[in-house]
Amino acid sequence: MSSAEDNTRARSLQNASTLKSEEYRERMTLFGLSLPAVLAILIVVFLPIFWLSSLSFYNAAGALSMENYERIFKSALYRRTFVVTFQISISVTVICVLLGYPLCYWLTKLSDRTAAILMVFVLVPFWTSVLVRTYAWLVLLQRNGIINSTLMSFGIIEEPLQLAHNLTGSIIGMVHIMLPFLILPLYATMRNIDTDLIRAAIGLGSSPRGAFWRVFFPMSLPGLFAGIVLVFILSLGFYVTPALLGGGRVQMLAQRIESTITVYSNWGAASALGVVLLLLALVMIWLMNRVFGLDKLFMR
Amino acid sequence: MSTSVQSLPIVLSRLCKAYGSVKALDNVSLNIAAGEFLTLLGPSGSGKTTLLMALAGFVRPDYGSILFGDREMITTPPNKRGLGMVFQSYALFPFMTVAENIAYPLKIRGLSKSDQKMRTEHALDTVELDGYGDRRISQLSGGQRQRVALARAMVFEPQIILMDEPLSALDKKLREHMQIELKALHQKLDATVVYVTHDQREALTMSDRIAVVNHGRIEQVETPERLYRQPNSFFVADFIGESVSLPVEVSNKKAHLNGRVLKSDLPISEGHGGHRLVIRPELLEVILGEIPETANDFSGHVYDIIYQGDSILVIVQHESLGQINVRVPANRAGQKGLPSQGERIGLALHPEDTIIVPEHGS
Amino acid sequence: MEQIGKRKIDGMWLTVVGIAVLFFLILPTLIVIPMSFSGASFLEFPPTSLSLRWYAAYFNSPEWMSATQTSLIVAVMTTVIATPLGSLCAYGLHCSTPRIRNSVQALVIIPIVVPVILIAVGVFSLYAKLGLNYTLTGLVIAHTAIALPFVIVTVMSGLKNYDFDQELAARSLGASRAMALWTITVPQVKFSIQTGAFLAFITSLDEVVISMLISGGDNATITRRMFNSLRDQLDPTIAAISTCLIIVSITVLIGVQLIGRRKNIDK
Repeated sequence: MSSAEDNTRARSLQNASTLKSEEYRERMTLFGLSLPAVLAILIVVFLPIFWLSSLSFYNAAGALSMENYERIFKSALYRRTFVVTFQISISVTVICVLLGYPLCYWLTKLSDRTAAILMVFVLVPFWTSVLVRTYAWLVLLQRNGIINSTLMSFGIIEEPLQLAHNLTGSIIGMVHIMLPFLILPLYATMRNIDTDLIRAAIGLGSSPRGAFWRVFFPMSLPGLFAGIVLVFILSLGFYVTPALLGGGRVQMLAQRIESTITVYSNWGAASALGVVLLLLALVMIWLMNRVFGLDKLFMR
Repeated sequence: MSTSVQSLPIVLSRLCKAYGSVKALDNVSLNIAAGEFLTLLGPSGSGKTTLLMALAGFVRPDYGSILFGDREMITTPPNKRGLGMVFQSYALFPFMTVAENIAYPLKIRGLSKSDQKMRTEHALDTVELDGYGDRRISQLSGGQRQRVALARAMVFEPQIILMDEPLSALDKKLREHMQIELKALHQKLDATVVYVTHDQREALTMSDRIAVVNHGRIEQVETPERLYRQPNSFFVADFIGESVSLPVEVSNKKAHLNGRVLKSDLPISEGHGGHRLVIRPELLEVILGEIPETANDFSGHVYDIIYQGDSILVIVQHESLGQINVRVPANRAGQKGLPSQGERIGLALHPEDTIIVPEHGS
Repeated sequence: MEQIGKRKIDGMWLTVVGIAVLFFLILPTLIVIPMSFSGASFLEFPPTSLSLRWYAAYFNSPEWMSATQTSLIVAVMTTVIATPLGSLCAYGLHCSTPRIRNSVQALVIIPIVVPVILIAVGVFSLYAKLGLNYTLTGLVIAHTAIALPFVIVTVMSGLKNYDFDQELAARSLGASRAMALWTITVPQVKFSIQTGAFLAFITSLDEVVISMLISGGDNATITRRMFNSLRDQLDPTIAAISTCLIIVSITVLIGVQLIGRRKNIDK
């Protein structure tokens, strides 16, 4: 009996080492499946950004210094860039909320089928190239474009308004690009709100308006917040639309970084600007992750 | 499908599996006889599913041995273990028809098309679904899906079949019907079945033996009747059946309650902590006259009488022990002479029904 | 009565705003389509005469054709590479321990929200060292890296909604792990994989900022040429090109919706 016992123990020990190596092999295989994609992202996206960031801590002579940062915070030109970037990003975010929230709320009141059909109006722009949409706005907003000619034919204005190639044009174009990014998470959140709760609140004596503010609005906040952060991050680093609709007069951070490199070849200053932009974006991403969960936002 | 199949015994020894500091399997050893229907019963998180998954090969233990017959299987991948498995979610393939689902293991094994067809039809016949082969899974009811899952798990004549709470998604009536059917099917198949459930009644109904699992360990392995009448720990006694328990003192192999010796014919199991007396409501006898000398006296006053259809539950207030429940049959014999609320009721617990268990098993 | 009247006005106000916002979203997106058929030599809306002259200008221009070819080759190559790599990565992560899964998942999602200009400048400087600027290879690698997160995220959410017991069941029934993955899991997350592929294709085709820096010469993408052309003047040819791009996007969108619908029917 005890020899059988010893036998089992010996076999168990031997099994333990085989099991351990198999477990290791399985983990490595699974990791191996993920590796090519993760490496591609690391090498193409993360590695260059970190390398560039490190450049910002060296001066022209190649010594470690904070010169680049001192310069971008002291120079009126760069300061102006920061001010304009925040001005535009905040305006775009606010306008997106003012337009997007009522739309989403209205959609939740419609039947699932109608709402799904109307969502095509949001999805088609979302899937259409940013360039195409910016081009459309350039045409619409130009001096003799449809908006100016309509306003003039109604006699609202006498002289064509300067709509493109300035701040106004940039903001209008960017709102159009960013609005779907606010609508999609917000609408998803609102759809999941239990309408019975609203009815219950009204049944308990709340006015419909009170029920909206006390019950519906607070429950829609996570989606609203996710949308706001998403729009704000994307606006901070946005390039295409302000570059075209701003007509060179509007310089946001992204264009400043690009021109600092391609026109002035000043890698130190550009990377310092890049680091500031990256930090702003990371803080936003972190905030969004705290409130909404990145995975929840992108995975249903 | 001539039954040339021979069922296999299973020997589990010293199985250990830790997830961080949590021991999902804590030195589990268990012998399962060839052709036996063994149930792993325990609360959720007890490790019963981990144990089944280790048998199937989806959980890799840290240590131990798993023998099917005399072959060591612990490092064998799931597809080479040759066992049939029924999942809680059934895990049917929704993009295949019923027949394609059942033929899947045969196709993998490279059987000829005609053999596949023949065996699939036979399996459908066995689970009483003949003619359903061309249906889609989405067209089946819960009970029918369950039968397809069963047919798929046994069509290749495995010597061992594992089932992970296969009936938990069905409604009560269908579940009870399927319990009987599964038991009959087991007898027909001659395979060793390891069945996982958290439903004690299901376990008592179907099993040859039940292994009660708790905190990654096996508390007790017994036939349903012995498990019910002679639990070896408070956990088992409490988990299976209804009971009220009272702390008792044990000295010289005798249990004392309120200073009086309890008359018990049952052995007192070893363990840690103190001991408890377990009183099952249906084991107490309502006595109209004097309590016999040979029995333990638990008489008190009727606090409430609850009519439950098949039986009557009487809640008795005892002067020093608190509330004790008694169950009597809802027939004339049970109701005869039952005192009404507030009156005295004589209760006897006979020595063969006096269960005394340690707080924690050994 | 007063209460009901107020509610009606509230509802009407909401409807008006909702419809207005929907028009604000869709009209500028689609307005280039009628403009592209204009017969005039400058941009006008509504067009006074109809012609296909701007499509002719597009299809007869060697520069635009070469740029279109580059963009299509890069988009197809990106899709062909990113889809299997991303799907395998999603599967690997899905089966990993939660700790590994969560940290890698965060790593994979971040590129979607990091400002593209930073990625563009980074890739540009990396490629300067490797000599990959202005090459097709360089474009495909960069686009693959930015398309991968979309594929991974889509396939992972597909796997999340899939009953993984099915793969275990297949293995218990005798299939090896690879076989269970191929015959049982892949057919059921096929829809997510296809959606991921569409996303990869569109991401590459519509990408502007990175292409602007790292593509050029014979290998300039269509977005790079469009961007440069728009900086100078409003060439009506762009309306024709834009219409083609919109048709591609809408086709892809319809594809995705149809996949989604079929999936729902199956359930």
